[in-house]
Amino acid sequence: MPPSTTPRGRARAGLIFGDLWDFDPAPETADPKLKERYDLFIDGRFVRPRSGRYFDSINPANERKLADIALAGTADVDAAYAAAARAFRPWAATPGRERGKYLFRIARLLQDRAREFAVAETMDGGKPIRESRDFDVPMAAAHFFYHAGWADKLEYVAPGRAVAPLGVVGQVIPWNFPLLMLAWKLAPALAMGNCVVLKPAETTSITALKLAEILQDAGLPPGVANFVTGAGETGALVMGHPGAAKVAFTGSTEVGKAIMRQLAGTDRRMTMELGGKAANIVFDDAPIDQAVEGIVDGIFFNQGHVCCAGSRLLVHEPVADRVISKLKDRIRVLRVGDPLDKNTDLGAINSKAQLATIRRLVAAGVREGAVLFQPPCRLPERGFYFPPTLFTNVTQSHRIAREEIFGPVLAILTFRTVDEAIEKANNTPYGLSAGVWTDKGSRILRMSTELKAGVVWANTFNRFDPSSPFGGYKESGFGREGGRQGLLDYSRRA
Amino acid sequence: MTPRSPHAAHARLLDEIGAVDCVGVEERVAKYMTRSIKKASKVWGLRMAVSMTDLTTLEGKDTPGKIESLCRKALHPHDDPAVPPVAAVCVYPSMVRHAKRWVGGSRVRVASVATAFPSGQTHYRTRLAEVRGAVADGADEVDMVINRGAFLSGDFSRVQDEIAGVVEACGAAALKVILEVSELETYDSIRAASFLAMGALRPGDFIKTSTGKTSLNATLGSNQVMIEAIRDFYLDTAVPIGMKPAGGIRTAKQSLQYLIAVKETLGDAWLTPRRYRFGATSLLNDLLRQIERERTGAYQAPYSFSEAAESY
Repeated sequence: MPPSTTPRGRARAGLIFGDLWDFDPAPETADPKLKERYDLFIDGRFVRPRSGRYFDSINPANERKLADIALAGTADVDAAYAAAARAFRPWAATPGRERGKYLFRIARLLQDRAREFAVAETMDGGKPIRESRDFDVPMAAAHFFYHAGWADKLEYVAPGRAVAPLGVVGQVIPWNFPLLMLAWKLAPALAMGNCVVLKPAETTSITALKLAEILQDAGLPPGVANFVTGAGETGALVMGHPGAAKVAFTGSTEVGKAIMRQLAGTDRRMTMELGGKAANIVFDDAPIDQAVEGIVDGIFFNQGHVCCAGSRLLVHEPVADRVISKLKDRIRVLRVGDPLDKNTDLGAINSKAQLATIRRLVAAGVREGAVLFQPPCRLPERGFYFPPTLFTNVTQSHRIAREEIFGPVLAILTFRTVDEAIEKANNTPYGLSAGVWTDKGSRILRMSTELKAGVVWANTFNRFDPSSPFGGYKESGFGREGGRQGLLDYSRRA
Repeated sequence: MTPRSPHAAHARLLDEIGAVDCVGVEERVAKYMTRSIKKASKVWGLRMAVSMTDLTTLEGKDTPGKIESLCRKALHPHDDPAVPPVAAVCVYPSMVRHAKRWVGGSRVRVASVATAFPSGQTHYRTRLAEVRGAVADGADEVDMVINRGAFLSGDFSRVQDEIAGVVEACGAAALKVILEVSELETYDSIRAASFLAMGALRPGDFIKTSTGKTSLNATLGSNQVMIEAIRDFYLDTAVPIGMKPAGGIRTAKQSLQYLIAVKETLGDAWLTPRRYRFGATSLLNDLLRQIERERTGAYQAPYSFSEAAESY
């Protein structure tokens, strides 16, 4: 960085983050064992779609085709629901400890094939191998383990009341954590004794279909879990199917609203896990370096493709300059590039369409007068990439402060008092998560009560555990996933 | 709480320099451990680590003969001419003149621990005299210990004044201030002590984690807190202070993790033995072993490297 001057004219020292010690490529080389063609998984078997149609799944890191994915139409979704309906009675009647055994088996088989799944997840979705290896796959296995443990203890889920499964559940999951979102949906539904028709996102179907191989290896009875692939139309068929006792959706608020309109007036239960625009709030007494690290984790984890990402930074005015300058230094050492490289911090944007959305909103931020900062970084020539981006001089009325960008873009606002921080944090249609950074315990407790968000992290961000319920307020949705609460959402109370 | 109480002193200092969150520091350093350094970048890092090593012997049984053998190893760690000499040999004051005989005039510097190392528990005038004696014998660098008793009882000005006195006694010799992080216990205290020390130091002086004489020595966490303090101090004052983690760094892999921390926190200007050192003994042979592994594709037995720890 060239030396700049302080307001007093004194030369200011800068740090040099150059290429004196450049790291060689360190690609993860495990074989993802991909097939050329992935069929639908219905009634325990891989079957061709009735229409005979397939679509391409590409690797967003280099735009190369990975596999053909079956496109499910009405007849296929009907077949999946019919298989699930046939499987439901025997599955629900299976003792909990037996259902638990299947889930334990799935969890262990997933652990056995962890590296293979991590590489497949990274190739299909673009996320850094460090994250798929250290977060997505282990957490997915952890969800199966956790719910396997519940399966024979369901009488304690709602003390004093008996619980029973609902029936067939329709589930649609997003592309940001394909395998993990599948585990979040599948594990509690199966533990409770439901059967499932699940549709993965069209850009990231591969790990779901690889997991179907594990379901076969685990000997899961046919029809208990069925995976149909396709785009939004297939999703609408899954969500709108009359055979569903409940639908569970994770995705955008816009699509969530469309599903709710579609199902209004029916007796189908719903849980919705939708968008977010989380505030990460840094007070002047916060441990600054660790807060900066938390801000980075909050917005750049998985390229910002996280519904609970800390996409709005609210920073206390006395420390704003300090926090922003440390944040700039920190993101200068983030490594953007090949997701399969073990040293990559930011991988590829999931799809061309998402990259276009991010670019459009960033352009809107610049047009509306916010100040953009991007560190110098070399992006690969092919594939979908976007550099880590900060916006300062942002106000509440900027689009980048109101709309979910779902990319590595942080909007930085300031505040003066605690009340102002709460007001600004809650001034959004969303309410999924929030972060509070302060050394003062009583302030953490107050903020956690007043922030209208399903999760409030204190002096950390983006921490998850299968035992901790996750879900939103307001337009971020309803219902919880994980923990006892998540299980209850897949049950009837007798 | 009176304004002069130890607690007040601690609170004022922390208020000025900011607190540290222990969980956050450990999450940060865990990321360094996931970095994967391969091929040419690995060899570069290993050679850099060799050139940053303060090859150390601090034992009651040290003799001029042992010092000679250590110095020869320091000058010529390995037959491979691409392997540089180490940064310094680090010895007790009585051994300085012996070390000087062997490495004097070379690139390898002589560092001496002083100030009643490792406890520091003797009269201040005695500690100063020890520093002067070591410098008079030819020490290029002095490794002092801070007065942990004074620090923990909140007598910060005494801690800093003593360091300032040692700086003066050092003359042209560079000073490394050992905080003995295991006795300070918390990251908050490590950060506070780093700032106290840096306030009395000159450009080119160092702060150092440990004596190597307690059960817990340098960790990536304490290293991170100290290099963040160095960075903040540098950005405020433009005075560059060096860093020396010491004790407990035994493997080449560990040393690369420390260097990654330096690269990502302080930047390229600290990737030099003038600003970063490893206080270590057995580390050197593991570095050489890994360098040979990169060169030949095979691991050599420990006994194929001179001065192997097993031979003592």
